Formats: sequence, structure tokens, C-alpha cells
Amino acid sequence: MTKLPTWADVVLVPLISLLLAALVSALVLLAIGQSPVEALSVMVKGAIMSPYGWGYTLYYATSFIFTGLSVTVAYHAGLFNIGSEGQAQLGGLGVALCCLFLPWPHWSLALLGAMAAAALFGAAWAAVPAYLQARRGSHIVITTIMFNYIAAALMIYLLVDFLRPQGSMDPASARFPAVVSLPKFHELPLIGDFFLRYTPDGQVRLNPQGLPMYQKVPANISFFLAILACIGTWILLWHTRLGYMIRAFGKSEKAARYAGISAVKITMITMLISGALAGMMAINNVMGQAERLLQNSAEGAGFIGIAVALMGRNHPIGVFLAAILFGFLYQGGAALGLETTIPIELRIVVQGLVILFTGALDQMVRMMLGVFFRPRQA
Amino acid sequence: MAGANETGRQASAAPFAIELKGISKAFGPVQANKDISIQVAKGSIHGIIGENGAGKSTLMSILYGFYKADSGEILINGRVTPIPDSQSAIRAGIGMVFQHFKLVQNFSVLENIILGAEDGAMLAPSLSKARKVLDDLSREYELDVDPDALIEDLSVGHQQRVEILKALYRQAEILILDEPTGVLTPAEADHLFRILRGLKDQGKTIILITHKLREIMEITDTVSVMRRGQMTATVKTAETSPEQLAELMVGRKVLLQVEKAPAQPGRTILEVENLRVKDDQGVERLKGISLTIRAGEILGIAGVAGNGQSELLEVLGGIARATGSVRMNGQPLDLTGRHSDGQSRRADGIAHVPEDRQVLGLIMDFTAWENVAFGYHHAPEFQKNALIMDNAAIRADCEAKMATFDVRPPIPTLAAKNFSGGNQQKIVVAREIERNPDLLLVGQPTRGVDIGAIEFIHKQIVALRDAGKAVLLVSVELDEIMSLSDRIAVMFDGRIMGERDPETTNERELGLLMAGITGGDAA
Amino acid sequence: MDYATLLQMLDTTLRLATPLLFACLAGLYSERAGVFDIGLEGKMLMAAMCAGSVAYLTGSVWLGMLAAIGGSLIFALAHGLASITFRGNQLISGVALNFVASGITVLVALALFDQGGRTPPLEGGARMAEITLPLAETLRGVPVLGPFYADVVSGHPILVYVGLLMVPATWWLLFRTRFGLRLRAVGENPASVDTAGVSVKRLRFAAVLIAGVLCGLAGAYMATGLQAGFGREMTAGRGYIALAALIFAKWRPWHALWACLLFGFFQSLALRPDVLANIGLKIPVPALDALPYVLTVIVLAGLVGKAIPPRAGGEPYVKER
Repeated sequence: MTKLPTWADVVLVPLISLLLAALVSALVLLAIGQSPVEALSVMVKGAIMSPYGWGYTLYYATSFIFTGLSVTVAYHAGLFNIGSEGQAQLGGLGVALCCLFLPWPHWSLALLGAMAAAALFGAAWAAVPAYLQARRGSHIVITTIMFNYIAAALMIYLLVDFLRPQGSMDPASARFPAVVSLPKFHELPLIGDFFLRYTPDGQVRLNPQGLPMYQKVPANISFFLAILACIGTWILLWHTRLGYMIRAFGKSEKAARYAGISAVKITMITMLISGALAGMMAINNVMGQAERLLQNSAEGAGFIGIAVALMGRNHPIGVFLAAILFGFLYQGGAALGLETTIPIELRIVVQGLVILFTGALDQMVRMMLGVFFRPRQA
Repeated sequence: MAGANETGRQASAAPFAIELKGISKAFGPVQANKDISIQVAKGSIHGIIGENGAGKSTLMSILYGFYKADSGEILINGRVTPIPDSQSAIRAGIGMVFQHFKLVQNFSVLENIILGAEDGAMLAPSLSKARKVLDDLSREYELDVDPDALIEDLSVGHQQRVEILKALYRQAEILILDEPTGVLTPAEADHLFRILRGLKDQGKTIILITHKLREIMEITDTVSVMRRGQMTATVKTAETSPEQLAELMVGRKVLLQVEKAPAQPGRTILEVENLRVKDDQGVERLKGISLTIRAGEILGIAGVAGNGQSELLEVLGGIARATGSVRMNGQPLDLTGRHSDGQSRRADGIAHVPEDRQVLGLIMDFTAWENVAFGYHHAPEFQKNALIMDNAAIRADCEAKMATFDVRPPIPTLAAKNFSGGNQQKIVVAREIERNPDLLLVGQPTRGVDIGAIEFIHKQIVALRDAGKAVLLVSVELDEIMSLSDRIAVMFDGRIMGERDPETTNERELGLLMAGITGGDAA
Repeated sequence: MDYATLLQMLDTTLRLATPLLFACLAGLYSERAGVFDIGLEGKMLMAAMCAGSVAYLTGSVWLGMLAAIGGSLIFALAHGLASITFRGNQLISGVALNFVASGITVLVALALFDQGGRTPPLEGGARMAEITLPLAETLRGVPVLGPFYADVVSGHPILVYVGLLMVPATWWLLFRTRFGLRLRAVGENPASVDTAGVSVKRLRFAAVLIAGVLCGLAGAYMATGLQAGFGREMTAGRGYIALAALIFAKWRPWHALWACLLFGFFQSLALRPDVLANIGLKIPVPALDALPYVLTVIVLAGLVGKAIPPRAGGEPYVKER
């Protein structure tokens, strides 16, 4: 097989994989009698052609950045963490407990507390599979899958039996107090101006109090925390001793042993960080958007993290870009559901195909690309 | 079995059982086999001897259809027989006992034997037939194993018998054994040889691949010597001697004599007493090693690969665990506990250039500069603060080392895998030597390294010794041991056979020790 | 709990255990051959959709079943291509295919029927008939065993009995035939098979395709036997429970049966919280839902004997000396 130049491996392989996924999705659309062109244009229009669309795209992207980073960190230690979903659910629990039962004077302090709680709960949920992998050699993929289901059951139990307010039928917690509500994009200075409502003649709409009205979007300041998390992950992996040891261990367990890097320690620490990152997603969806804990709060974002990490080549910059792409896919998919008869589930198909092509059929993609990089015969 | 009467017929025609003509095989730029021709007479035991990497195993894999030769012909019983895959080899009557057994651990002996050679879709008839055949074979050749035992419950020696039985069950007339005694105890090895003689008496042809001179002398009729992909000689065993074979095996390459002043040994740095190591399968790899190294001297460990040198390095380097006692600068080293890891060893002043730089010494996907910090990632000069590593400092350090050690290309951001073998080794040696350790462990410092780099690396090792440090050098290259060492210890079968002074010893004497032959019992 | 309730529970257990059993045996073939299959869930879901749709459109449950097998096989082929031919990551491939199945089933069902991703309810010949075993009514009068035979054993769709028969059949195939010997060998040490001159790829593909057929039957039973039609995400994690059962059973057919019955019993308990309440046990339903997973983790942790998966599992075979 021809060896690809690095840039082709980093840039072309994910792009071709994406293209293949898009191609197969287009075929599926054609097969069910829909127009792929129309689908794409609706998605683009709904997700990125308006500030409102971006308000959703970036909201989704925020969650995906966290879970994508979670999968990425584990990947660098050679661990495949499928458990980000469950860890994110537990993170949500941490956020809810923190917001509901502690008296916060201001949202900023609550945010700090909630981040700590989310990270702690997420990490705790990753700790058992990590320990079983490190000490007993139980395959982390299987244990994290099991822990996803256990998490789901645990959340239902807690929501129904403890957190549900009296008289409510929903398996959901009470609303968080208003004080812990995180500023959304439309409530932020400068950025908020993008979300002003206008009358047809171009005037800013005013409410009865004479204040400008905004389009409400779920994107909130945790987006910036997600960017910080990207930078933090990048620093962790490429600028700290720990990151150095994580990457060395992930590349070669044997060599790591030569260098005196402990397999048990690295496996545990890496999974705790991975779980913490997944858990922190909850500040976006639970604290930032729902403002209460719902059943299945993570809504599959943990799994999308796998696609995001694979697509982003396990680099924070790639994760950031891939998360925005998936944010686009999710918001665009929602637009499809609203404006066309194309079902919203298309996005799950694309997600699955992206994982398939970038994660399992990458050799095939490389072979296809290899044709173009074959050295010319002399 | 059909073998017996065929023997008679073939013997009168007397073609060779196997004839290889001009076999060549390259893996990328490496020429593993170069124009090799052998003739093996029917009913004989033919040895192929050579050092690790000489190309013996590649040659036999070609014969068994695992690899395809780039050129050359294979003749079986005088007929040209193409062997594109293992199935063809089996049909041509060739059986192979691999160094690493190809057995299913949780299958019974019978199940392993019939695998791939079943008589029909149902197992029961195959199993009962195999049971009967096995019964006959074991009586005929002392190959007794319990047919219903699981492989994982059998000793290594018995597992090997199963491999031989597998080949015989497939009516192999030609049996290839790749390093068969590497995993056996001496008693098991003796038993194996009795079996092989029995097979020979029944007219089977046997090819024995080994690097052990004693085995060649003991059992073979003819022997071919391989060195660096080429066949250097084929001789009748009766007409040769271990000394001659050792010479043929090691070869006389251009002696790279290193300029060095006489050693001035100082205080004792390392004292090893009764060091013992068992591997995963419970086989003892080090059987009570004792040695000392003093400051300002190089102790060379000579020996054929696989006689415990790797384990010795691993224990001292903090990779493997052991029993016994090791004192470094007078302080006992932890051999089993929390402080038996590589970090603790480095803290104790031990640096380690491992035998296999690609598997242990370097992370091949890491850049050169990242590899320069490998193992020393805790070193204070590589840290910016408690949390952040000083990548710029590491890169600068890498650039400096690349300049001092003339690493080419001098690009710190290039991945380790993109350097040539010699330059990879220079990176490892630079990293370890520049730590100025009290004790340097060096394994095969010049394996796969070009001539220019060899000389350079040798000079660095001598310079370290002249700076009053202790060096433990392990090498399978006798030249290297002879020219660098101040004292030479020879290892064989997990033991130190003896110590010699490089000024007064010679390759022949060392070669005998390497073959496990001490003074009195030379063959 | 009276005897009638117990019988009812056991009846439900058997019904719920059947899809688990098919999927579990599917995983058994695949993993015994050294190919991890996380994609049981997706294959089942795909099969259920195909079965429901085709059964509704043609009115024939049997055509539905064939379609189910076909749909599941496409996914099995994709998994084989990724994990055997291109030596990709088997775990990622399985995860990916589950997502594809999760989305595509809804897409197709919506396009065909426009009923929120489900098929219209199946009736008559489009559903699997329940079979009354011979003498069921005659023997009902026999104390204890009579009602058991009539209410628990008798009166299920044919696939329930096929599933039960698959257990000895699988055992026989794996441990009494040449194919089984080679299949087990390729999952333990593919080099042993390769050096014996047998194709590793062909064996592994065979195993993966058998897994496809069995998942097809699991899905067909879900959509046309257990329930009257396909609904979105109707497998609801059964593929993963089957995986858990497989580990619990330590990759052995008879143990797989017991594991699936046990996990089926948990599911039936979760459907009847009143039963537990009546005998004074207050176990929350979610705890029952989580029980199979918790048990599997305990087994994985090596607390109840050691679950040793086939040694070559998850590793693409690369020929080397």
C-alpha cells in the first residue's frame, strides 16, 4: 500500500470519509424518494445562514466539543471510551444536584460549582471501568457500554423517585432557580446584537417596556468554556508531562514500561479526565439550556463524541471543527424535520457513516487515496 | 504409514529430498536471502546454523509456503514443486514446527492434530482415527502425549511433541524444526533428539534450524552455515568442528578496532548476586547470575542471542522483575516492588540503551525531540513549571544532541520512524549517554547501524568509560565485544559460563563458551 | 405469588428471552471466530424493520422473515468488510453500524408508511401464528406440569421453538463438526488455522454471516412475533443485553440459553412490578432493568469466575511468522 503524506492523512482522509458518508446518505435519500440537493440546501439555510441557526448549531457543537474531547483524551492513551454518554448523564446529575440544593448568590459562582460537580460525577462514572481495565484487564469498551445502560437506569430511578417535584408526571427534576441561569448568546453584550428581532421595515422590535427584543437561542457561555476546554486539552496532551506520558503509553505500552510509565496510573488518570470532560458537557445542555435535569439528558451527544473525535483526528482543533460540523448536521437535521418530509433521523445515519468511514474503513479510504499518491515509476 | 515403503523406492533413485536453487528474497531494502542453494539427502538430518537475523527462518518460511521467494526454485524429491501456500507445502509432504507453536491453547491434543486435516464434515470419525494413528506414532517414536489433554495444561516440551505429531499425522516426509530447543530444558532437548533420530531411522528427512553449535554437532549429518542472508558453507558434520562452525557463523568482518587507553577501574558500581528471572510461561531465563562492574570499565556480555542477556538488561533497566540481589553504588535495588520501575532506575543513575530501539527505546510515532525526553520526561531542565513541560528546552536539547552526535537529518520535528536505523540509534545513545549515568546498560548498540555510526557510537561508549563510568555491554557481535570490553563474560542458557580477558582470549575460545562448552567437555 | 402468576411470568420470560437468545447466539458465532460484534443491536433493528415492512406489504410473515435476514446480512457484510477485509477496528465498526441502523430504519419506515417511523399494525398472515403444541389442552389437567406445559411451553410463535432448538444445534455445530472446530480455532489462534492451510478470512466471513442470519431471525421475531409491527428503536438495547448474556455465558451455547432466560426473566419482572411488591420486595424497576448490565460488569471484573473471551477476539489477522 502506498504511504500517504502526512497532510493527506490529516486533511484528506477525514474529508474523503465525510464525502463518502455524504454520498451514501444521498443514495439513501434518493432511495426513499427525497432530493439530496434540497436536503442540503435546507440544512445549510437552517443551520448557518442566520444568526438564529448559528445559535442552535453552536449550542449542539458545545456539547459535542466536550464529548469529542472526552473520546480524544482516552484515545491518546489507547483507550476507546464509548461511555461518554453515561458519563455525560452523570455529569448532568452533578449539575442538577449542585444547582438545586446549594444556595448560589450568582450564576458565575454556580457555574464554577456546577463545572466541578459535573466533572466529578462524570469522572466517578468512568472510574469503575477504568479500574477494571487497569487492574483486571476487563475490556473498557464492554464495561463502558454496560455503564451507559446502568447510568440510564440510575437516572430514571433518581428522577422518578427523588428528583421529580411532587405532583409532576414528567421524569424530570424541578426547574433550577433563576439565579443559576447561564447567559445565552442573545443575552450577551455584543454577540446579543446578532439576535435582535427586526420588524419587516428593518426596525428593531421593542417589547412593551420599550426594550429591544431578541431571538432566543440555546447557545450560551459554555461555548466559550468548550473552547477553553479545547485549549486545555491541547495543553494537557502536548505541553504537560502527564499528556506526554498519556501519548507515550497510548503509542506503545512496552516502550512506556521501559520509560517507567505506570500503565495502571495512566489508565486511571486518563479515564478520569475523559469522564470529567464528558460530564462537563452538562453545563451546556442541563444548566445552559434545559435548566432542569431531564431523562436521557445527554441525548446521544456522548456517542456523537466518537464521530467528532474520529473525524477530528483526535486533535482539539479537529474536534472543534468536527463538532461545529456535527452541530450543523444536528441543527440542519432539525430544520429538515420542520421544513421537509425528510426525517430528522438522517443525521444519525450520517453520524454512523462518518464513524464507519473514519474509524473502521479508514484503511479502505487510505487505499483509495493511495492511488493518487503512488510514486511515479522511473 | 505410507512412508516406509516409499523410502525404499526413493532410496534407489536417490534424488535429494529437498533441493533449493538460487532462492532470493528481499523485504524492502533488506535482502533476507541471497541466492541460496541447498541439497538435503533423503533420510538425513540437516542443520542450518546462523545468528539471529541471518535469514534461516525466512528461508524455511519460503519452503513452507509462508513467503514467496523473489527468485529461485524448490525441488522436492527431484521434481520442481512450486509452493505458493502452506496447503501446497503440506501436500508436498513438508511439515513445520515453528519456534512459536501454532496450537490452539484450549483445544485437546487430538483436536489440534486433526485441525485442517479432518476426514469429513463430522468430527467423531476423524477423532477416533487420529486417536489410533496417534497411538501408533507415539509407540513408534517415543512421542507419547495424552491425546485428551488440553494444550494449555501441557509442558512446552509436550506441546512441541504435538506439533511434531501434527506434521506426522499429515504424513510429512520432510520435517522442519525452527529453533526447537530454545524453549526446552536439557532433558527435554535430549528426548527431542531421540525422537528425531527415530524419525530419521524411519526414512524421514529433517531440517533443524538452530544457533546452538552443540546441537548441530550432536545430531546433524550435514550442516549449512548462514550469515547475513547468504549461505557461507555446507559441510559434513563429521568433518567439521565447533570451532570452525563458530568462525563461519560469526565471520571475519573488518575489525573496527577502537582506540582506547587501558582501563583504570575504580570503585565498584554494580554488584549482582544470584539473579533469577522466570518468564510468563514459568521457564527460568536467568539461572543465578552474579557479576560486578567497577567504575571506569566496560564489562562485555558475549553470547548467542536468547541466552538470558535480554532479561539481564531488562531487570537492571527496571522493565522486568527478578529475585536475587543487586546493589548499585552500594545501595540495594528494588527488584519486585514499587521502585523496580524504569524511573527509579534512572534516579539511581542507571541509563539504558535497549536492545530493540524500535520497540523499547523510541516511540516511533513521536518526533525526535519528544524522544529525546523519553524516560527523562521528569527531568527538571525539561519543565517550565510544576505542570508544563518546556518543549522549547527539549527541542533545543535535541538540536544540541543532534549536532554533537551528527544525527542526520538534524530535524528535531521529524518522527523517529523516518530516521535511518543508525540515526535512530544515535538519538537513543545521545539521550542515555548525555545523562552522564553512573552505569550505562547497552544492548546491541550497533545492530542495524551503518559503519560510520558504529565507530561513532563505540567512541562515545569508550569516552563514558574513560570519564569513570561503568558500562555493561551486551552484544551478539563478537568483534564488538572484543574491541570494546575490558572484561568479557560469556552467557549461555541463563548462566555466566566464564569470564575472559579480551587481551588473552580469542574468538574460538569465546565461541566454545557461547555454545555452552567449557574446557573439559568440548565435542 | 400464586402458581398462575408464576406461569404467566415464565411465559413472558420465554417470549422476551427469544430475541435475546437469537442475538446472543449470533454474537457467539461471530466472537468465537474472533470478530467482536457490538453491532447485534443494529442488525436486529434493521431486521425488525425489514420484517415489519415486508410482512405488512405482502401480507406474508415468511417473506417478512426473509427480508429481515436480507437486511441483517447487508449489515453483517459491511461489518465483515470493515473488520475482516480492511482489518479495521471491529468495535468502531459495530458502533457505527448501530447508528446507521438506528437512523435508516426510521427513515425507511417513515418513507414507506408515514406513521411516525412505525409500520402499521400487522394482522393475520403478516404475524407469526402461535402454535399450540400437541396435547396441550389434554394434559392441562395434570397437576403442576399440565398447566406449565399448556401455558408456558405451548402457545408461542414458531421462532421461539426454533430459537430453543438453535441452542443444541449450535452446540452440535461448534463441538461436533469440522466447521465448528475450525471456527473455534480461528477465534483462538488464527495462525493455527492458517498454517494448516485453511483460509482465515473465509471462516470469519462465514461466522459473521451466520451472525447476520440469526440477528435477522431475532428482528423478525421482534416485529412479527413478539409485537405486531415495527416501531422505532424497538430493540431498545436488546443487542447489548445479548452481548452481556454472551459474556455472562462465557461464550458457551447452553450457558447462553440460561443467561438469556435469566435476563428475560428480569425483563418480565420489570414489566410486572406488582409481583415483587406482592411478595414484599421493593426493588425499583430501573434496578431490574440495569441488573443484566450490572451482572455482566461483575462477571467482567472476574468476581464470578473469569470470563475469558476467545483469545484472538478483536484482532484482525495479519499473517506473520
